[in-house]
Amino acid sequence: MDKIKIGIPRGIVYYYYIDLWRHFFKKLDIDIIESPKTNKKIINEGLNYANDEMCLSLKIYMGHINYLKDKCDYILIPRIEDYGIDNQTCTNFLSLYDLANNMFDINILNYNIAYSKRQTEEKAFINMGIKLGIAKKISKKAYVYAKVMSAKDRKRKIIENMRKLSSSKLKILIVGHPYSINDEYVGTPILKYLDKLNVEYINAFDFNSTTTNKLSKNLSKDIYWKYSKELIGSIKLVEEKIDGIIFLSAFPCGPDSLVNDLVIRKINIPYLNLVIDDLDSLAGIETRLESFIDIIENARTKA
Amino acid sequence: MLEQKPEKIVAFPQMGNYDVPAKYLLSNILNIKIIDIPKITNKTIELGVRYSPEFVCTPFKYTIGTLIEALDMGANVLVQAGGGCRYGYYSELQEQILKDLGYDFIFINLMSKGKKSLKKIINELKIIDSNFNIIKSLYYLTITIKMVKYMDRVDDYIRENIGFEVEENSFIRLNEEMLNSFKTVKTNVGLYLKYKYYFKKIKKIKVKKPLNHLKIGLIGELYTLMEPFSNYELERELASYRMSIKRYTNVYYLLFQKKRKSKKYVRYANEYIKYKMGADAADNIGRTKYLCKHNYDGIIHIKSTFCTPEIGAMPIINKICQEYKTPLLFFSFDSNTSEVGIKTRIEAFYDMIEGKSK
Repeated sequence: MDKIKIGIPRGIVYYYYIDLWRHFFKKLDIDIIESPKTNKKIINEGLNYANDEMCLSLKIYMGHINYLKDKCDYILIPRIEDYGIDNQTCTNFLSLYDLANNMFDINILNYNIAYSKRQTEEKAFINMGIKLGIAKKISKKAYVYAKVMSAKDRKRKIIENMRKLSSSKLKILIVGHPYSINDEYVGTPILKYLDKLNVEYINAFDFNSTTTNKLSKNLSKDIYWKYSKELIGSIKLVEEKIDGIIFLSAFPCGPDSLVNDLVIRKINIPYLNLVIDDLDSLAGIETRLESFIDIIENARTKA
Repeated sequence: MLEQKPEKIVAFPQMGNYDVPAKYLLSNILNIKIIDIPKITNKTIELGVRYSPEFVCTPFKYTIGTLIEALDMGANVLVQAGGGCRYGYYSELQEQILKDLGYDFIFINLMSKGKKSLKKIINELKIIDSNFNIIKSLYYLTITIKMVKYMDRVDDYIRENIGFEVEENSFIRLNEEMLNSFKTVKTNVGLYLKYKYYFKKIKKIKVKKPLNHLKIGLIGELYTLMEPFSNYELERELASYRMSIKRYTNVYYLLFQKKRKSKKYVRYANEYIKYKMGADAADNIGRTKYLCKHNYDGIIHIKSTFCTPEIGAMPIINKICQEYKTPLLFFSFDSNTSEVGIKTRIEAFYDMIEGKSK
C-alpha cells in the first residue's frame, strides 16, 4: 500500500501550527506536502474560489487549498474556536473547515480546538491520529514529542526577536497576524523594503505569548481574541525599546478593524497603519514606508 | 452641604421596536430618566461614518451615530449589548471614540467577552443606581421577557400577512397600539390580556391571501434583519409585492432559543456543515435547507457589509439553493447602498420567482 500523504496549505492556521505539525507527522512517519510560498497563480485561483468580501488572507488560503487538491490524500484544515472564553478566534477560523469542504471536492483531515468545551489540543491531535488509523497511545506520544520540539523552535525565534531589540539601527515593531507578515505577497515585500531602508524590524508575534497575552490588558480590557491580544500585548512589552510601530492588516480583517483603531488611540509612539488589499499597490506603500521612516529618523537624530 | 449628584440620563442604540421592552425594563427597575432615542436618519449615519474605523461592519457605524445623537440630547449613561462576533467588542472602542470626542458619560456593556453574564449585568446596573433591587428587577424582567415573546409572535404573524391586507397600514396601526398599551402594564396577567386582546384584533384584520401566494424566507445577519432603517425597509418593499415573509431571527430567538436551536440546525444540515461558524452563520445554513425543503419560492439573505460570519456562510447557502433550485438573492447593505438598486433587484427577483411558480 502506498504511504499516506497529507497536504498543508500555506495560509492562516499554517503559521501558528506548522512546527507542531512537522514534528508530529515526522514522528508518525507520515509524509506531508506543504503548498509553496504564495505566488501569482495561487492568488488568482484563490480569488476565483473566494467570495468578493472575504478577507485577503482567506482568499489566499483558498488558493493554497486549490494548489494541493490533487497532490495528496488529505488536506489538513483544522477548526480553532477558542483557547478558553477569553481567548477566542476570528470567526473565519471557525468556518475554515466547513467552507473548504463545501467549496472543494477534497478529503479533509480535520480537528477541532475549543477549550471552552473541553476540546483540548491534545485531544484534537489524538483524534486526528485515530482518523489516520494510528493507535491512541502512539499519537499521544507523538503529540507530546512534537509539543516539546516545537516549543524549542519557538524559543529560538523568540530569542532571535529579543536580540533585535538591542540593535543600534532604527527599530520598528510590526504588529500584524503572522499569516499576513510572513506571506510572500502581503508582508514579505514590506519586510524586504524595510531591510533596504536599513531598519531593524521586530515581529510582534514572536514573543512569549503567555506574557503578551497578559500585557494586552493594559491596552484593552474587553478584548477576547487570542491572537490579537498577543499582538497588542507585545507593544506594551517593548514600547520603551522601539522607535515606531507599523500596523499591518489584510483587508478587511474583522478583529483588526476594531483593535488597531483602539490601540492607535492609546499609544504614544509614531505609527503607520497599512491595510493591504490590492496586491499590486506596492509602489504606493513603499512611498508611505519611506516617508514614515524619514520622519522617525529625523526625530531620532534631533533628540 | 450635600453635593447634588447629576441625574442619570440613559440612552441605548436603536433596533426595530425593541426600544419598547428595553425602556419598560430599565424605567421600572432603575430610578433614572431614559431618553427617547430618535429613529435612525441619514444624519445619524453621517455621524456614524465620520467617527468609525473605515472597514468596520455597518452596525458599528449606525449605533455610534445614535449614541452621539443621544449624548447631544443630554444622555450621560450609555448602554450597549452584543455578542457572537465582533459586536461583542464594539463597546470598548465606541467608549474610547466618544471620550476622545470630549463627551463625559458612563458606558455600560451588558455582555462580557461577547457572552451573556447575569453577574456582570447586575454589577453594571448597580453602577447606574445603587438602590437597585434584585427581587423587584427579576419581577419586571419576567414581564419584559414575556413582552418580547409576545411582540415577536405578533410580528411573525404580521410578516406573513401584511402583504395581503385590504386596508393599507391596518397591521402597523394596531401593532403600534399594542406596543403603546404594553408600556403601562404592571403585571404578567395585565400584559397577557393586552396581548390576547390585540392579537385577536390583528388576526381579524381583513386579508386577501390567495392559496398559492408566494412565500419568501428572509435570513442573514441579526442587526440588519431587525433594524428596518439598516435594510432600507426591505420587508415593507417585499410586502408590496404581495408575498408572505418568514423570518426566524428576533430578540426572543437570540436570547432564549438560539443556544438549543443552533445545535439542531447544525445537525439538520449535517451534509453541509459539521460545526457552528460564528454568530448566526450556521443557523442560517440550517434555515436555508429547511426553506428549500419546504418549497419556499425564494430566499433572501441580507447582511451588513464586512459581516465576517455571514460572508463565510454565503458560499454554502448558495450551494444549497443551487441543489434545491431555489432562487436566492444576496444583499450586502452599507451606508451608501443605492436604494434604487435595491428596488430594481427585488423587482427582478420577484419576476423570476413569479415566473417560476407558474
